[in-house]
Formats: sequence, structure tokens, C-alpha cells
Amino acid sequence: MESRGAQAWRWLREHAVNIVAALVVFYLLLPIAVILLFSFNDPSGRYNYTWVGFTFEHWAHAFSRPELNEALVTSLKLALLATVISTIVGTMMALALVRHQFFGRRPANFLIVIPMATPEVVMGAALLSFFLLIGTFSLGFETLLIAHVMFCISFVVVVVRSRLIGFDRSLEEAARDLGASSFQTFRLVTLPLIMPGIFGAAMLAFALSIDDFVISNFNSGTTVTFPLYIFGAAQRGIPVEVNVIAMILFFFTVAAMGFATWQQRRAEKMASVRPEQEAGIGVAVGAPAAT
Amino acid sequence: MSSLRRRLSPYFLLGPGTIWLIVFFVVPLYFMAKLSLESGAVGSLEFDWNWSNYSEALSEYDTQFVRSFVYAGAATLLALVIAYPLAYAIAFKAGRWRNVMLFAVVAPFFTTYLIRTIAWETILSDESPVTEFLHAVGLAPSGHILATSWAVIAGLTYNFLPFMILPIYASLERIDVRLIEAGKDLYASAAQTFLRVTLPLSAPGVVAGTLLTFIPAAGDYVNAQFLGGAGNRMIGNVIQSLYLSQADYPSAAALSFVLMALIMIAVVIYIRFAGSEALMGEDTV
Repeated sequence: MESRGAQAWRWLREHAVNIVAALVVFYLLLPIAVILLFSFNDPSGRYNYTWVGFTFEHWAHAFSRPELNEALVTSLKLALLATVISTIVGTMMALALVRHQFFGRRPANFLIVIPMATPEVVMGAALLSFFLLIGTFSLGFETLLIAHVMFCISFVVVVVRSRLIGFDRSLEEAARDLGASSFQTFRLVTLPLIMPGIFGAAMLAFALSIDDFVISNFNSGTTVTFPLYIFGAAQRGIPVEVNVIAMILFFFTVAAMGFATWQQRRAEKMASVRPEQEAGIGVAVGAPAAT
Repeated sequence: MSSLRRRLSPYFLLGPGTIWLIVFFVVPLYFMAKLSLESGAVGSLEFDWNWSNYSEALSEYDTQFVRSFVYAGAATLLALVIAYPLAYAIAFKAGRWRNVMLFAVVAPFFTTYLIRTIAWETILSDESPVTEFLHAVGLAPSGHILATSWAVIAGLTYNFLPFMILPIYASLERIDVRLIEAGKDLYASAAQTFLRVTLPLSAPGVVAGTLLTFIPAAGDYVNAQFLGGAGNRMIGNVIQSLYLSQADYPSAAALSFVLMALIMIAVVIYIRFAGSEALMGEDTV
């Protein structure tokens, strides 16, 4: 018989990893809880740092600050455009890198990894040097868009290529055997199957863009994005509405992620129909498909 | 004709992205290099191979350089210690909780970086329960955490933690469980199995996570700005203020270059050590 103490000790040892993991999850979510909590705060002064009292006021008037709204709209427009451009361009690059053997693969790969291995402050500073010295671009929305597309491309390539690497090429061969042109094959077979990857990449690009502060801070001129607004407001006190809008963005992203996961499951189902049917051939010809 | 099209199509696919990255990433680095060797004030900058920008910037800001690497190193180490158990739990123990836990890992990314950091300002402020608790157990003897090195390191650790967790999780998840079982069958203790089977097999994830945490942490200035005091400025803060407030472009460019060069050296050593697949997935190069 084990003593009670030894039992407790054994339980603790068996579950130690899970306990630590639970603590880390708590740690990861703590600031989000604080942001949510302080979106209901009713601060007495301009500073939203200490808890005063509970109010729905700021949720009811989330969009009551014109400057903040303007910054948010700028950020959304910027993120949308940067996402569309970087997703198209990045997906093309991923297709080239996974599907083709060609001269110049190594430097192309290198060119894609390097921006991810460069600190943002260096990228921001380099772009600002460039814009200052060539003088063709005036700092503002245009230069922000250039910068955001630049740092999103690499991430899009990485996400899409990971989807392409696990791709079952025989599905495409089947389409070609059935007389589809290469364009039809791409549109009707390849694209739907890699769509979850592309969608995931687009979401990542959007998140990176809408959240970017460092590079934007260097290249924004007088244009104000959502993070730049927060940075500017930090000195004179951040309005509670910032927390409210941050939480609204949070819930939207969660919803989009849920949608992406659902889509991915669907695509996986689509692609997994084949091997199961194959296994069924000869055993139960004509039996209804299991999935 | 068709084979020519096949041979050219990768270049067509690569073209737009490559041009974008060359024009707006590589070329700007060239311009920054040029700027770092110029002398004079704004408006009358002249290129004259002025290497003293480098020596002057380095001797003036060596403390911030060392501090950046120490902070980033400490944050990376802490992140590794925190991330590994969670990644391990998600990969081997979470069961049906796996997706919930993965969600918790990426959830911080869904809120704005600056607001997250400002939330830590609230959490670590003198009146907060967290600070009071740490004070009570003797971990914060002065009763202050904000405006100390620890606050900055804590902020860096938190903000880049997901970059450590995800690659470690990815490499743990790929491990063939039979290898771990084989270790046990051959009478290795749990600790031995972990040290000689699991840990080495997860090394690529650890290396990738270390890089992905260290690189942005070393260049960061947001955490030092919000959580640190005047004595906690990092090299990123210096570069930012030289560029944007003091308009001392040559020094700022020189510092950016040194920062980038040091980080590149670290990356190259790491890639030599671990293979590039750690960063880019199996099929690279």
C-alpha cells in the first residue's frame, strides 16, 4: 500500500508537465484578460492603468473618437491591400519553389528567408534610408503599403509551401488523364486543395500588417495607423475605446480562424476520399463511400 | 514551345515577388550602407567613405548593444524553459485539449502588440496584485518591477514566446512515438528516454524557436520603451530615436548595419549547426 503522501507525489510527478502547461496557458492569456477587463473600466483621469469601476459606456460608444476611427480605417485598408498583393505574389513564389526545378532556386530561397531573419528596426531603417535618398516616394500610405507587402511576402511563401509539400500530385494527374487542360486542372483541382493554405497565409499577412508598429513608425510620414495611434496616445493617456476596438478585432480574428480551421478540415476530407476508396476496391466494390 | 514555356514558368511565377523583395529589401540595404558612410548634416550629406560613423556609433552606444544582446539572450532562454513543457504537453498529453491549447498559443497575436505590452505595464505596475505577490515572496525586494531590466526581459519573453512554442511543438509532433517506446523497451528510464531520444529529435524545433525569438527580441524597442526606464534602453531605441527624432541618419544607419551583421553571423552559425530545414521546412535548398 502506498501512503497518501506518496500517492500525491506520484500524481504530481505524472501531471507535472500538464500543470506547468496550464500555468503557461494562463500566462499567455493573462494580458488578453487584462485588456478585456480594462475595456470595461471607468477611469477617472485620462490614464487607463488602474481599475476604477465597471461600465459599458465605452463598448456602447466604441467608435466615438474620430481620430481613432480614421487610424483604424487606414489600418484596415492598408492590411487588406497588403494582404491581397502579398498573398498573390507569395503564392506564385511558393508554387515555383515547390513545383519546379530551376536554376536560381537557392538564391530565391535565400531571398525569402533573409527578411524573416532581419530585425524589424533594421528593415524599417533601411526602407526609410531608401525613401529619403531616392526621393521619388513621399512618406505616407504608399510607402506603408510597399513596406507591408515586403515583410508579408516571406510569411505567405512559407505557409503556402508547407501546404504544397504535402500535396498529392496524383490528383492532378487524374484530372489531366480525364482531359482537363493545365489551367483547368489548376483552377478545379490544385487551387481548391491548397485554398486553406492560401487562406491561412492571407490571415497571417493581414494579422502581421494590421499589427505592425516598428516598420510603420519609420515609413508612415504623417499617416496614422491603429498601432501608431496607440503609440501616440500612450504619452497622453490611451482612451478606453482602444481596448474595446482591440477586443473587437480579437473576436473577429478568432471567428476568422474558426472558419479557416473548418475549411481546412473540409479540404482534408476532400483529399482523403481517394485512398479510402482505393482501399475499398476489391474488398467491397460498389459499397457506399464511408465518408 | 511547350518545353520552353515549362522552363520559363518558374521565373514568371517568381518574378513579381523577387522584384518586390529586391527593390524594397535588398536595394534599401544598399542605400542604408551608403548612408552609413556619409558625413555632414541633413540636407548636405555627402558620401566620403566615412568609416568613423561606425567606430563613433559603436563606442558611444556599446552599452545599449551589449544590453540588447543580454536582454534578448535572457528572454530567449526564459522562453525556451517556459515553451518546452507546454509544447511537450500539447504534442503528447493534451488529447482533445490540443486545439484549445494551440489556440491559447496564438491568441496573443490576435491582439495588437502595443496593447499587449501596455497590458503588461498594468500587470507589472506597483499597485498590481502580481507585483505585490512577487514582493511578498521576495522576488521583487524593492516593490517595483516596472522600469527595471526584469520588466523588459519579461515583456520580451512574453511577446516572442509563441515563436518559441510553435516550432518546438512542430518538431515534437513529428516524432515517431515508436522511437520513444523503443527507448522504454530497452530499459531506459523516463529521464534517459527524454534526454537521449525526445530532446535530440526536437533539436531542430529548439534551434528554429531560438532564432525566431532571439532575432526580433534583439532588435525590439517597444518593450524597453513601455516597460523599461531610462537605464534600460536597447539598441533599437537608439536607432529609432537617431532616425526619427535626432535625424542623425549616418550613425543610425551604421548602428542598424552592425546590428544586422551581428544577427546574420549568429544565424549563419546556427544554420551551419542545425541545417536550414529548421527554419524553412524540409524541402529547402
